[in-house]
Amino acid sequence: MENKEYIESGILELYVYGLLSETENEEVSTMAKNNPEINEEIIAIEKAIVSLSSSFAPFHSVENYEKIKAKLELNPTKVIEMEPTRNWSQYIGWAAAILLLVGIGYQYNQLEQTNNQVVNATTEKAKMEKELNQLELKNKASETSLAIVRDTKNTVVPLGGQAVAPESSAKVYWNKETQVVYVDAAGLPEPPKGMVYQVWALKLNPLTPTSIGLLDNFDKNEQRMFAVSGTGDAEAFGITLEPAGGSLTPTMEQLYTLGKV
Amino acid sequence: MTQDELLVLIYKKDERAFTHLYDMYSKSLFSVINVLVRNREEAEDVLQDVFVKIWKNIDSYHESKGRFYTWILNIARNTSIDKLRSKNFNNSQKNLSSDNFVHLLDDSNKLANKVDTIGIQEFVKRLKPKCIQIIDLLFFKGYTQQEASDELEIPLGTVKTHNRNCINDLRNYLKV
Repeated sequence: MENKEYIESGILELYVYGLLSETENEEVSTMAKNNPEINEEIIAIEKAIVSLSSSFAPFHSVENYEKIKAKLELNPTKVIEMEPTRNWSQYIGWAAAILLLVGIGYQYNQLEQTNNQVVNATTEKAKMEKELNQLELKNKASETSLAIVRDTKNTVVPLGGQAVAPESSAKVYWNKETQVVYVDAAGLPEPPKGMVYQVWALKLNPLTPTSIGLLDNFDKNEQRMFAVSGTGDAEAFGITLEPAGGSLTPTMEQLYTLGKV
Repeated sequence: MTQDELLVLIYKKDERAFTHLYDMYSKSLFSVINVLVRNREEAEDVLQDVFVKIWKNIDSYHESKGRFYTWILNIARNTSIDKLRSKNFNNSQKNLSSDNFVHLLDDSNKLANKVDTIGIQEFVKRLKPKCIQIIDLLFFKGYTQQEASDELEIPLGTVKTHNRNCINDLRNYLKV
């Protein structure tokens, strides 16, 4: 028999309804097994009749399902009751986890900020200490300078600007008792790189220069107050610009300042 | 889930199998039981018995015997009829014919899934009365072709094709 004819006969519906004799039943089963078209037809018929009958089912209580499970000693309430509970606790779990994460994030952020503040404060403190030290040093130097300037035992020799640098000036403070000589070089320009000022004690007749020291680290000495070696009987002082390390004799073309005692 | 997938779970004794079995077929069987028993409380008892029987005897089902659904449908019908007999009802099967499954609609606010089923119920109202009768007798009440032929006063040879045409109408509507 052709498939189509077989299907149209209506036997498959009766097969699903369970109304066939045992022989007919086996026949349809075999047909369905070997014939996908027939098998699909059977499944479609079954779907239709299950939908139809399901939609006419009167309401039956959930307890009914539980009673059946109890009779079969299947885990009671596992599916119906536990699932919402499990979901509920899952939501709480997730919510708690999120809160905790946010909390940790916030705390971490706070900690980071505090750490930064501590680091900043430490840096600031170090900076201020350094500044304070510098101020103290400066103060000390100023005091020293002031003491030198005020010292009445000092002979003050002003040095005037010469041909190379008419604007420049300097002062020599000379304590004849202690033979300590200071040079106030505030009126001298900064020496060019690789050059240094050299201080000379001069005898005039005949003209004899004696080096009494270099104004080293000129730019670092903010007070521009330099201590140089003593000199016994100088009649004048001069300052020349010399190559770094100084010269044996003064380069007279580079005489910046000069002054008589 | 298809019936084949369900059977795989059942054979594996998977714990979820029973839940799926119940979800898929309890409504269908419950409407059949209600048509036969015509008492909702007793129908609930029968439904319990039916599922207990299905689960306890599941190893005796073989695909060679026919569809799994057909197997459980027969259990539902037989258990319902046993219930009627045990209560010494005088109603034989034949006396059931005065009511058909569409009467379940009279109590429509007691239906299990009101919203989903309104469409299909409307459709059934429009089904030819002959179709309602034939589906009621053959599917719900399990009449033989001969019994249906006598009841409906139609030739025995046309019962199958009548029913086929009615199911085709239903399938067109459901698109299956």
